Amino acid sequence: MTDFADGEWHRLHRATPLFRGGLAVLILAGLVLGSFRDRVIDLFFGDRGFGDPDGDFGGDPLDFILRENLVLAAFGVALLVLLLAVGGFYLSWRLHTFRITDEVVEVRSGILFRTNRKGRLDRIQGINIARPFIPRLFGAAKLEISVAGNDANVQLSYLRSADADALRREILLLASGARRSAIAGDAEQWTEHPGPGVGALLEDRAREFLAPELDPSLAPPESVLRMNPGRLIGSTILTDAMIFLVIAGIGLTVAVVVTGDILLLIGFLPALLGVGGFLVSRIARSLRYSIASTPDGVRVGFGLLSTSNETLPPGRIHSVRVSQPLLWRPFGWWQIAVNRASRSSQQGAAGQQQTTILPVGNLDDVRTVLRLLLPDVATDDALPLLERGMLSPGGEDGFINSPRRARALRWFSQPRNGFALTDAGILLRTGAIWRALTIVPFPRMQSVSVRQGPVLRPMRLAAVHVHTVSGPITPALGALDRDAALALFAEVAEASIRTATADTTHRWRASAAGSRA
Amino acid sequence: MSRAVADHPGGADAVTDQPQTPPPAPAEQSAPASRSIEPPGTDWQRVSPKYIAVDIAGYAVFGTIMTVAGFIPFWVSGWAPSALLGIALGVLFLVVIALTPRRVRAIGYALREDDLLFRRGILFQRIVAVPYGRMQLVDITRGPIARAVGLAELKFVTAAASTGVLIPGLPLADAERLRDHLVAVAETRRAGL
Repeated sequence: MTDFADGEWHRLHRATPLFRGGLAVLILAGLVLGSFRDRVIDLFFGDRGFGDPDGDFGGDPLDFILRENLVLAAFGVALLVLLLAVGGFYLSWRLHTFRITDEVVEVRSGILFRTNRKGRLDRIQGINIARPFIPRLFGAAKLEISVAGNDANVQLSYLRSADADALRREILLLASGARRSAIAGDAEQWTEHPGPGVGALLEDRAREFLAPELDPSLAPPESVLRMNPGRLIGSTILTDAMIFLVIAGIGLTVAVVVTGDILLLIGFLPALLGVGGFLVSRIARSLRYSIASTPDGVRVGFGLLSTSNETLPPGRIHSVRVSQPLLWRPFGWWQIAVNRASRSSQQGAAGQQQTTILPVGNLDDVRTVLRLLLPDVATDDALPLLERGMLSPGGEDGFINSPRRARALRWFSQPRNGFALTDAGILLRTGAIWRALTIVPFPRMQSVSVRQGPVLRPMRLAAVHVHTVSGPITPALGALDRDAALALFAEVAEASIRTATADTTHRWRASAAGSRA
Repeated sequence: MSRAVADHPGGADAVTDQPQTPPPAPAEQSAPASRSIEPPGTDWQRVSPKYIAVDIAGYAVFGTIMTVAGFIPFWVSGWAPSALLGIALGVLFLVVIALTPRRVRAIGYALREDDLLFRRGILFQRIVAVPYGRMQLVDITRGPIARAVGLAELKFVTAAASTGVLIPGLPLADAERLRDHLVAVAETRRAGL
């Protein structure tokens, strides 16, 4: 177990400034090297010395310095800049401290402008560990604690890789409402670092780098869902945007054939390369995708070179949408997105927002993920209902659908456009061509509204909107029978009150710990 | 999903854009009660009639500016048909102002056992139920015109931006009493996010 969570102030990984400025340093080094290249080549292969004042390298500042005998001054300035930079980085590292108490996680940073950020543990929406490629090589990781709100995240970048994992476990344990004594017991799985020594260090790095994305001891294997690479590639290619691309390609071919001007193709080469690069990066980011159930919530991880994984504690999912793009239909693939109260600054799998929990999966995968995300809604009893919500063409199947007179507003989806209620949530089924099922768990919904405009009123129809925190999903159902809509409104309003008092997910282990003690 | 939105030009933020469209009054008047979404037997608290004047004043100022701006193309070009823009804007705002008394009378709220019920709109009706425990904060704001007649506006904020409960036209004392009441009941029914 780490001692980070003992309530005292701690500092970050010593190499933090390097990782943070890492890219800038590399670029700078590249620029400097680029400008020196001619000089270095000349030094080894040319007949002039390095400092030959007659050498002409396009009048770069070095020539000027050599000519004016300012070498000493130049070195002095360079040294001063270097010292200032190193001093600044050291000071910023030194002043960047964090602590984790029983109630809050707090970060202080800044040299001239100090910032102090506190996040309440029981408001944690998720903890993300990201390992960008270069820090990952050095065994460092970035811990990001998402608290409800926009840009309300507390970042600890960077920490030692293994520390980050342990710290996340400890924070989640504290946040769960379990006692501190429970942490000590839980921390036995903590592995010791190998002793000092360069060989051991390298071995350690290599082991960490080659380790599976998901630590096998973390989650029982049957609860782990992995991505099939073939399906991933297929689903990336078969998007609606791809149709336009294919059409554009056909158009281009026709144009080339008709005009006989091969040069036309060259003009489109950059666009082609761009699309190709986009697809490759999307696929690479989603490789090694896994979603698993851990004691402190759902863990979603992905990434080949830069990896990222996030743990979402129970009850942090405000709304779930299972949807199927048109081209995925022959393959039976689905996608799952969620609404969450926090925004992570990290991008999610497939370069999408981190609200896409399952980039692509078949019916079995959807079942597994729904069980993980909404254990109260996706019970064994309710699963057939959920499946009918995804697949059924409509009719008498447990959903209350739009009446026939709504056909004018829901041309194809009228028989399917409907809702169903379970004890724990509301299911909204929409779309016959782009099929989708939206699930809102009652304890998470904020309010509900019923609406009727001048089109719906003469048809005795109404629409119901369920309000959740903002995100990619807007749970709403239009063109319902007016009486059904009013009944739904009343029932949802009542259920949201009833379930809110029974909900304890903000301290998800408190009851368990209390009964143990 | 997009079609659902198309049915309701009011959209998610109907609170702000409610009066944009001049309503064709006859359809509304002839609609039998059973067609509308009015829940029977609700004891609505209405907002102060003084708010009608406040609302009209606001639209009069805004409408005048917009109408004058609408005539600019006509003054610049002198082309007669381009005056239609200004005329259309003027008529639109006159209709909006004429309907203000009814629109204000349609605003109502009801304090139920565990939730707040809020309704507004005549053409685009909207009724919201918000459990008290979902409250994040209560805001009281007063514009210059409303302050002159002693009115205030109360906003009930939840974690969802689309909740949109904004009760205008409350006498300041009532607004403050309502705010204190809402905070008190929210405290006893506090729930997670």
